[in-house]
Amino acid sequence: MNTTGLLVFDGLLLISIVSLAWSALASPDARRSVILFMAFGLVLAVAWGRLLAPDVALAEAAIGAGLSGALLLVAVGEQSNRALQDNALRVSERNALRVRATLQWVITILCVALAATLAWALVHALDRATNERLAQVVSENLAASGVSNPVTAILLNFRAYDTLLELAVLLTAVLGILALGTARPDYQRTGPVFDGLARWLVPVLILTAGYLLWVGAHAPGGAFQAGATLAAAAVVLRLAGERSIGLPQAGALRVILAAGVGMFLVIGLTLLLLGRPFLGYPPAWAGSLILLIESAAMLAIAATLVLAFLGGRPPAIAVNEENNRC
Amino acid sequence: MLTAQLLYGLTGCLIVALGLRTVLLHASLLHRVVAINVLGAGVFMILVAIAYRGPGVPPDPIPHALVLTGIVVAVSATALALALARRLTAEQSND
Repeated sequence: MNTTGLLVFDGLLLISIVSLAWSALASPDARRSVILFMAFGLVLAVAWGRLLAPDVALAEAAIGAGLSGALLLVAVGEQSNRALQDNALRVSERNALRVRATLQWVITILCVALAATLAWALVHALDRATNERLAQVVSENLAASGVSNPVTAILLNFRAYDTLLELAVLLTAVLGILALGTARPDYQRTGPVFDGLARWLVPVLILTAGYLLWVGAHAPGGAFQAGATLAAAAVVLRLAGERSIGLPQAGALRVILAAGVGMFLVIGLTLLLLGRPFLGYPPAWAGSLILLIESAAMLAIAATLVLAFLGGRPPAIAVNEENNRC
Repeated sequence: MLTAQLLYGLTGCLIVALGLRTVLLHASLLHRVVAINVLGAGVFMILVAIAYRGPGVPPDPIPHALVLTGIVVAVSATALALALARRLTAEQSND
């Protein structure tokens, strides 16, 4: 594509991104706002593709737009059921907004100032972007990382520590969700049309997850995109009104939730015992170790996202607790 | 400096400000959660714009890895925030 054509494309893309963000934020209706936010995420994924970031585009489409959107929509559904019951809360919200009307201008001006400061910093940073040392170090050491996709090499090898802690963040979040309440009740079984769709879609999603996990070593993909796709399969099953959506029983579920962090720690500590640095894989083994960690991480991420969609302790764990109490 | 870097980066700055304004001003928890996600998307946009090196040139993979981590952390924070909001509404309707 020629430069002018690309510039027109950029312009149209950015205008639609900003207007989607604006209308998602300005819409007073929560459901509308969430749906616009999902559209915003999908258009963002196109922008990531345009900026040659296919790994990010995949993650944005699967997680940013897909699963975040599903989580928000379920929350909206629950909220609007409640809102019909008592209008009192809404009135108090409206009053709160009116009280703060004087503050609105101050905050708006501060936000404009923040945008201007960020823009100033960005322009300066881009001016001095001749320093490419880190990117060079990555490409020089890529051969020793065990994978040929530089993003996977950074996430699972060069900066494996960050990814370990990221999985710890996920684990903390899911522990919080489990502690806060019980899962939402199951949905009613859907009609034959959605059932037929689920019958086709779920196996395809599971296969895609396996493919994304494997291909992450040398092309866009990896544990996060694969985990999100696997979770999407469970979400489709749940929406179809299925009772069992592939979540294991209580004990196994706890093991899987901790599997990402656990596998990382087992491998890191074993390497430490063998006299290597923590998570410093031997180059000959790096590829297999990364695949092992990614497989465990994929299961943990998928289970975490499914539990987030359920919104609390699934019946399996809740029943288990009641038995313990008796 | 590339035009595309500048265009996408500045749009990112604008989206950060739009998101932050709604986080601070909106009363509804759900709108705030959406707004925090929009704010995060603006930050990701700045990072991906910085990583871009022009058509046909491989981009810097480090910001990409950061954004990937950011997306996953954002969805787990969103899930926890929604669970907290759900519990809060349940407690309020009990009172």
